[in-house]
Amino acid sequence: MFEGWDAVALARAQFAFTMSFHIVFPAFSIGLASYLAVLEARWLLTGREVFLNLFNYWLKIFAVAFGMGVVSGIVMAYQFGTNWSVFADKTGPVIGPLMAYEVLTAFFLEAGFLGVMLFGLKLVGPRLHFLATLMVAIGTLISAFWILSSNSWMQTPTGYAVNADGQFVAADWLEVIFNPSFPYRLVHMVLAAYLTTALVVGAVGAFHLLRDPHIAGPRVMFSMAMWMAALVAPIQILAGDQHGLNTLEHQPVKIMGMEGHYQSHPDGAPLILFGLPDQQEGKVKYALEIPKMGSLILKHSPNAPMPGLDTVPRENWPPVPVTFWSFRIMVGMGFLMFGLGLFSLWCRWRGTLFASRLLHVFAVLMGPAGFIAVLAGWITTETGRQPFTVYNLLRTAESASPLAAPAVGSSLLAFVIVYFVVYAAGVTYLLRLMAQPPHPGEAGPSHEVPIRTAGITPAIEGVTQ
Amino acid sequence: MSLAIDLATIWALIIAFAVFVYVMMDGFDLGLGILFPWFPAKADRDVIMNSVAPVWDGNETWLVLGGGGVMAAFPLAYAVLLPALYTPMIAMLIALVFRGVAFEFRWRAQRERNPWDLAFAGGSWLAALAQGIALGAILQGVQVEARHYAGGWWDWLTPFSVLTGVSLVIGYALLGATWLVMKTEGSLRDRAYRLSWLLLIGMLGAIVAVSIATPFLHVQYTQRWFAWPNIIFTAPVPIAVAAVTALLLRALTNKYDYQPFFLSLALFALSYAGLGISMYPFIVPQSITIWQAAAPENSQTFLLFGVSVLIPLILGYTGWAYWVFRGKVRPERGYH
Repeated sequence: MFEGWDAVALARAQFAFTMSFHIVFPAFSIGLASYLAVLEARWLLTGREVFLNLFNYWLKIFAVAFGMGVVSGIVMAYQFGTNWSVFADKTGPVIGPLMAYEVLTAFFLEAGFLGVMLFGLKLVGPRLHFLATLMVAIGTLISAFWILSSNSWMQTPTGYAVNADGQFVAADWLEVIFNPSFPYRLVHMVLAAYLTTALVVGAVGAFHLLRDPHIAGPRVMFSMAMWMAALVAPIQILAGDQHGLNTLEHQPVKIMGMEGHYQSHPDGAPLILFGLPDQQEGKVKYALEIPKMGSLILKHSPNAPMPGLDTVPRENWPPVPVTFWSFRIMVGMGFLMFGLGLFSLWCRWRGTLFASRLLHVFAVLMGPAGFIAVLAGWITTETGRQPFTVYNLLRTAESASPLAAPAVGSSLLAFVIVYFVVYAAGVTYLLRLMAQPPHPGEAGPSHEVPIRTAGITPAIEGVTQ
Repeated sequence: MSLAIDLATIWALIIAFAVFVYVMMDGFDLGLGILFPWFPAKADRDVIMNSVAPVWDGNETWLVLGGGGVMAAFPLAYAVLLPALYTPMIAMLIALVFRGVAFEFRWRAQRERNPWDLAFAGGSWLAALAQGIALGAILQGVQVEARHYAGGWWDWLTPFSVLTGVSLVIGYALLGATWLVMKTEGSLRDRAYRLSWLLLIGMLGAIVAVSIATPFLHVQYTQRWFAWPNIIFTAPVPIAVAAVTALLLRALTNKYDYQPFFLSLALFALSYAGLGISMYPFIVPQSITIWQAAAPENSQTFLLFGVSVLIPLILGYTGWAYWVFRGKVRPERGYH
């Protein structure tokens, strides 16, 4: 099996597959951990039981999602060595310490306090428990800091030297960590995580409001989620635009791929809205374009010259059809989120936030939009970096382990089978939890109850403050 | 055997420490899954799961630190060992996926025969076996040419690596059984005692078998253990194993709560020290020493700064979490 296949292509497929299945959980966990901290803080400050109910409701969902993020993350941690050993050898001295710092400052913090957060409210009391929730939330954000620093260094490497063994060596750690694209990518990804979570919380709230518009828990969660979407979606569009300008400065070829600019435009580039990029012919077929708009967006001047891929050797081209389309999917999702936010503000102003069925249906449909945007965004940035793992310095084809195709193919097949089984179950359980509305006296995952059942656990006596 | 303390040696000790903490903490955790077939009753399994549910994630994080630490401090070793151990590593990762999600999934399944119990048990067996096989494959040596793994697809599978694989399954099961002795009560605890006896005998057999087989792998190991003056330092190891075993037998006879678990950990620590004595100064036995694999000095110092501050901190709050959930697990009343 897999004889005659390309081992590097299989390794890339394996990375894309395991990474895609992994990233949706951290994206959701980063936002949800912060949301849980806000809910618990509001419960402690106001004493209103609805916040404790919502906290316990989302905590059960968080536990399932977080567990899936952990196990799929361990796979990622070891994949650099199994399938990309040359990359690991050459970049280990630079990226290795960054990822090790992620483990030391983030993973342990999350894992260490997760147990208390899930099971310890009655054992340690509300204040210490809130500290644990806060630590988990901070841990998710620290984790984003280090892993995005590593990824950004691969995109825009600075502060390095190369030693006699051909390894990258850090010349200046601050320049490595705070490389040119890192601040933009960090802001863009954390906002994406918050938006993703807001859309899920909003969709669950809207789903229950469609059934019963007067139920307390869903009203509160829906209102909170819509505030988040309305505030963060426009900020995210601005952050994305800034990130794009930064990419133009440091990775111009990636922008050519995203924009479908096969040809140079010496007197102003168009904005290609849609079309079919043809990598063989080097042009976008059936292009629907707005003249001069590309230069206007990217250079803030309609007649600014924009070089295209015809100035770049073919062996350095990114896979334009993929980069071009994933970018459009991401942007499209972003504008839909912006639309949802505006619509919710309109309904709020009219006093129909909890009554407008149209808004609720729209919000339910937008539930998965954050995940789609996150995946599309990562596909854009990672395929746009091709054919390099470290931009312009280390080729993807020269990064892979010296393995035969059958080995990589078999492990890929194994991961596909396993992930589909585990995912099908996990998503089923998550949707089952979300299909239940939060109840008064909602019990968290608790040792008090020997047998947790799907959905409703028998109520336990409330926590005395 | 020179004992010059330099950066590479410090890092070798740090990695060794991280891997040992992993073995100590995830060992009993995996052991519980290995023992699942001997505890068929649902109520018992709920108690077993609840005894580690609050801490399992932290236990597993040490494995990520071990891998990440090797990539940062000894990137060449990471790049050689993982392709060399490709199959056992992929098997271990998949096993850990199954058993990890089982912690949450088993409460959510609505079927009578819970498929996630099977995932937890099977995943634990496979992960322990794969780790033991990987250990044996490393000990027997790895072929390297020009910074690449140069051996075959099946090199990791030998009678010796199967022996170390089975040994680790038995050892983890012993840690799991003595953990249950410490954390549970009643008929569950009685059964854990009986299993501890059997598993201790099995573990001693495994220690003897691996100890006899190791010096035959390479002449270097033989010299390390039996050549004068090394024998002054190596002889105490088997003597200490005998002493700990005697204490463990006494603890099991007297039905102590805590001693069996901690003495089992001591047995692991001694076996682990024996491995260290065999391997030093190689990180990839017979091919790459810790100095050849070491990352450039500024990578090692940059991370050393963080490790020296953060590891004590991590041990502190991890200890606090264990303290919060101390004492016996009771099926109906939780921890009090």
